[in-house]
Amino acid sequence: MKHLLFAHHDKFSRTIVLALAILTIGIPLLTLLTPVESVFHCSAYTLSLLGKYLTFALVGLSLDLVWGYCGILALGHGAFFALGGYVMGMYLMRQIGARGVYGNPELPDFMVFLNWQELPWYWLGVNHFGVMLLLVGLVPGLLAWVFGGLAFRSRVTGVYLSIITQALTYALLLAFFRNEMGFGGNNGLTDFKDILGFNCQSEAVRVALFFLSGLALLGSYLLCHAVVHSKLGRVVMAIRDQEARVRFLGYRVELFKLWIFVFAAILAGIAGALYVPQVGIINPSEFSPLNSLEIVIWVAIGGRGTLYGAIIGAILVNYGKTVLTGLLPEAWLYILGSLFVLVTLLLPQGLVGWLRSYTKERSA
Amino acid sequence: MNRQLAQTLAATPLPAIDAMLDTRHGPILYLEDVSVSFDGFKALNHLSLYITTGELRCLIGPNGAGKTTLMDVITGKTRPDSGAVFFGQRIDLLELDEPAIAQAGICRKFQKPSVFEALTVFENLELALHTNKNPWHTLFFRLTPRQRERIDEVLITIGLRNHSQHFAGILSHGQKQWLEIGMLLMQEPKVMLVDEPIAGMTQHEIERTAELLLSLQGQHTIVVVEHDMAFIRTIADKVTVLHEGAVLTEGTMDEIHNDSRVIQVYLGAAC
Repeated sequence: MKHLLFAHHDKFSRTIVLALAILTIGIPLLTLLTPVESVFHCSAYTLSLLGKYLTFALVGLSLDLVWGYCGILALGHGAFFALGGYVMGMYLMRQIGARGVYGNPELPDFMVFLNWQELPWYWLGVNHFGVMLLLVGLVPGLLAWVFGGLAFRSRVTGVYLSIITQALTYALLLAFFRNEMGFGGNNGLTDFKDILGFNCQSEAVRVALFFLSGLALLGSYLLCHAVVHSKLGRVVMAIRDQEARVRFLGYRVELFKLWIFVFAAILAGIAGALYVPQVGIINPSEFSPLNSLEIVIWVAIGGRGTLYGAIIGAILVNYGKTVLTGLLPEAWLYILGSLFVLVTLLLPQGLVGWLRSYTKERSA
Repeated sequence: MNRQLAQTLAATPLPAIDAMLDTRHGPILYLEDVSVSFDGFKALNHLSLYITTGELRCLIGPNGAGKTTLMDVITGKTRPDSGAVFFGQRIDLLELDEPAIAQAGICRKFQKPSVFEALTVFENLELALHTNKNPWHTLFFRLTPRQRERIDEVLITIGLRNHSQHFAGILSHGQKQWLEIGMLLMQEPKVMLVDEPIAGMTQHEIERTAELLLSLQGQHTIVVVEHDMAFIRTIADKVTVLHEGAVLTEGTMDEIHNDSRVIQVYLGAAC
């Protein structure tokens, strides 16, 4: 039975790895090699859109690790995505230099507007690309470590944990709205000029960002796959199913939850950092609890506890969102909500669970 | 909690625990004057109990006598209101939490078989295997040939060798009980606390369980909680009767059987 299940597991897994690899290499190559008028040439808009889907798929993937494998229904996962995004946004703001509206070589425009005289300490250093990369993982990871450390040690579980994760992202939303925080208030960070000296709007940068998003997703998928198939992955699944029992086997449950939570937060932070230069803005609305709920819905629709289900769910739902918000902007939230209800009722294993049982029936 | 001791226990191999565990005076478990109350109900009432190294002790008693609470106290699940609980002469169990106590070698089989149904029989045993159980070590863990052999041995002992690659969820009730006993063995326990091992078993399975427990006697200290008197008679050398959270009496099965107080406690309500 396990053998059969694994064969399927691996077939789907192989398919998704192959598809991601082809996408990651193929689309940039086609765009670079074909002339602008060709059908195979992706416009900057399309590239950014696809790149955005890939970063969403990466957050979905990281949430699946926390929810699908460890059983923690985190309703504030978007906070880590947004924090990674803000770190990237700060780096991009510092690259603007004297080209801002006020022409201040040191301070971003919004600080000049607030009459600030010097950079706050937490803005120092982010103008270095390497420091920024480090902080993209460190900031979300640190928050997850402190928050998770407290919550898991106190043995907060189930719906209570879900609620406090939601409260966490809501608190950050309110905090980032404040101008005094020094993150641009409700306007957030935008008007980015260049990244590593290259123009953010140029086709080459768009292609590179798309490629990096694909690479990050593929790499993270393989990493997550290795984690869930390690002994740590099995301990985590055991915790999901019978938390109390695992303690009596000698495992410190809180440390394992923390490990997964921090790891997932770092992946979400990387996704956020790749998202921001492709959409050109980061503002506090990214902390909105609604965004975190959407991530949960992608994973539920795709099928949780499979890793690739989260990727498929995130891409499909966001593609649907792009199409439908163009056609019927008011209807999208209703459609999303009913989709979630329908999938929960009719396809508890999500789309890939349904697909899996379908292919199994056919081969049987 | 004594964090340092807990961390030492979590990372140390068995010989180090052997060095810490002092059983020169005979008993491996000391419970002295232990009281636990839940909302005024005295689950354990000044209970004192000593378990000798290597013995197979049976605990009996009517419902609510405190058998499961006693196991909860020993394994760190429940903190007593008062009293002392020692593992050997030196390790104070009240300073440790569940994982540290398990790593020190006090392992427990639950009343309701609680195996991990989404994992295979083999993986269940691998999870229980005594080794360093911190997350990073677990992430990079690979079974050594010796450990693989040990899992095979246990698979044979518990009669599940042909099911090693099956999901634990599809096992029969009796097989799940056996798997859980196997998981105890993988933990290399000094003390095995076995709560209702034969619930839901066929007569044949009961006999094999009795054989298994008897064969483990001596290598491990075993405490069995059971209701089935015939089963207890087969395995026990010494029986402790609990009543209303305290030890009513101790002795061989024959002594217990003829003790008027025991008869009264068990049959009092019925007669």
